[in-house]
Order: sequence, then structure tokens, then C-alpha cells
Amino acid sequence: MNSAVASLEPGSEESESAVTGHGAGGPAPKRIVVGYGFWIFLISDVVMFSTLFASYAVLFKETAGGPSARELFDLRNTAAETALLLASTFTCAMASLAVAHRNMKWTQLSLLVTGLLGAAFLTLEWREFAGLVARGAGPTRSAFLSSFFTLVGCHGAHVTAGILWLGTMMAQFPAKGFRRDICHRFLCFSLFWHALDIIWVAIFSLVYLVGTLPSELLP
Amino acid sequence: MSDQGKYDAGSNVGEDRSAGEAEPGVTLGQEVRANLLGLALAIGLTAASFWIATMPHLIYGPGVAMALLVLAVAQMGIHLVFFLHITTSPDNANNVLALAFGVLIVALIVFGSIWVMTHMNHNIGSMSEWMRKQQ
Repeated sequence: MNSAVASLEPGSEESESAVTGHGAGGPAPKRIVVGYGFWIFLISDVVMFSTLFASYAVLFKETAGGPSARELFDLRNTAAETALLLASTFTCAMASLAVAHRNMKWTQLSLLVTGLLGAAFLTLEWREFAGLVARGAGPTRSAFLSSFFTLVGCHGAHVTAGILWLGTMMAQFPAKGFRRDICHRFLCFSLFWHALDIIWVAIFSLVYLVGTLPSELLP
Repeated sequence: MSDQGKYDAGSNVGEDRSAGEAEPGVTLGQEVRANLLGLALAIGLTAASFWIATMPHLIYGPGVAMALLVLAVAQMGIHLVFFLHITTSPDNANNVLALAFGVLIVALIVFGSIWVMTHMNHNIGSMSEWMRKQQ
């Protein structure tokens, strides 16, 4: 009885494995637990995006007499945005390697390039949105355009948040070094940045490429 | 808590490497090559998507949208494996289960919404048809 109570005492090594049922291996290392927790958040974010994709798919043809996707979207701009985001996902992976090898110079350099590519992506997206609004195809024009601006704008807002986070990491690495908690924070950032590229794959494929197909080829 | 503040470069004990610490037994060159392979596959799939979309007459018409969907899912898989490092290792079992559940929810939301809304459009007419009738 007494020993059972004692084994629930937080902080003692044996108590944790007894309570969690992990057995001889002990609880999972912190980097696994942190990654798992953030992964759950990312999946909830993807579920939120799926509702926006569903709205877009349902409202795609509701143009209210206004311009359709085929008349509005410029695929060269989409290709440039895709190239920028794909390159930034690669430089972010390079930053992860630099952090793993505790190399400050390469960490900062690849984070800087990642941030600049992300900012260039946002610039192109902003120009596209401004161009659509100037042509009278803003979010208030039709249900189709409302859902388009909500979906793609939500992704842009995530990229903006990611760039702010990236700037924070670039300030914290030199100030605090490769400390364990800072490295966990960076692990979460890299997961976030790569997940944004996955969302963009769905956006460029389904919103832009399928959206601009000739109408007889649409499902 | 006391561990948290420690500057732990090179002082990790046993299993508990710090986040993103170099994996034992894998050289930097191998890791860079793996990332380059992921990048090359992603570029290839992206190029294929744009190529099919800009020249849709090259393949069977009704298959174009489906081909774009398949290429997108394939590229998401490439990103998951090469950049998010979702693998079949025991470390990843929980992540894979959470991902599988996420995919189920996403499929229910997207295909459920499209299914329900197209049937509503069949039965009561879509909003745009209704507005055309009003004019």
C-alpha cells in the first residue's frame, strides 16, 4: 500500500514507467514526445484546412455571373510561388541538419535563405491578391472568390506566422546557443514549415491546376 | 526541469538525444543526399502536374483531374517521408496512427461535403441556377 503510493510520486524514474506501462524501456525521450504533441496540432490544422478545401470544392461553380477560376488564375505565378516554397522547404531541411551538427553559421545562413524565400512567396501571393481585387474579383464578388481568398489567404497567414517564428529562432540560436529547449522549439518550427508546403501542394494542384482546366474536363 | 537550461551539445546520455541531434550511424553526406533526393522527387512530381494541366489533351480527358489528384497525394507522401521524417520505425508508431486518423477525418469532411452538396444541388438546384431563373 505504502509502496504503491510512493511509486506514484512524480519525479522518481521507476514511478513513471510503472504508471505509463512503458516497462524496462522507460518513457519515450523528450524529443519524441515534443514532436508527437506538435504533430497532433499540425493534424488538427490540416483538418481545419480540409474544411476550407471542402467549401472551395462546393462553391467552385458559384461565380454569381462573375469571373471563373480559368479566367482569373495565372499559372506562371503559381509555378513561381511553388518553386519558392519548395526551395524554402529544402533549405529548412538543411537548417535542421545544421542544427543537428551544432553548426551556428550554417544554421543561421539556411534559416535566412528559408525566410527570404518565404517572404518572396508572400510577395507574389500579395501581388496576385491585389491584382484580383483591382480587377473587381475580390472576395466579395462571389461565393467562389470568397472561398478562394479564405483558403489561400489562410495558407498565406500561416506562412506569415512561420516567418515570424523563423525570425525568433534566428534570434534565439545565437543568444541562447543549441540548448535542449531551443532545439525542441526548432524541431516544431521545421515540422510547421514542412507541413505548410504539404498544404501548398494541395492548393496548387486542386485550386490552381484543376481549377483552370477546360470546363469539359472538370469532374 | 533542471535539465532544461543545460547547454547540452555533445553531452546527451544514451537514447535521449536532443531534438534534431545527428542520428548515430548516418553521415552528413547521406543526410544531405536524402534531402536532395526528396527535393528531386518533389520537383519531378510538380513538373508532371504542371505539364499535364497545361497540356490536358495529351492524356485521356476524364483522367486529367484524377491524375492531378494522384500526383498531389504522391508528392505529399514524398514530403512526409523525406522532410517530416514519418517512417515505419517504432519511434514513429504514434505519429503514423495520428496521421491515419487525420486522413480519415479529412476524407470524411471533403468527400462528405462534396457528396451531400451535389445531391442537394440535384434536388433543389444550385444557387447559380436559382439566380438565373430569377432573372
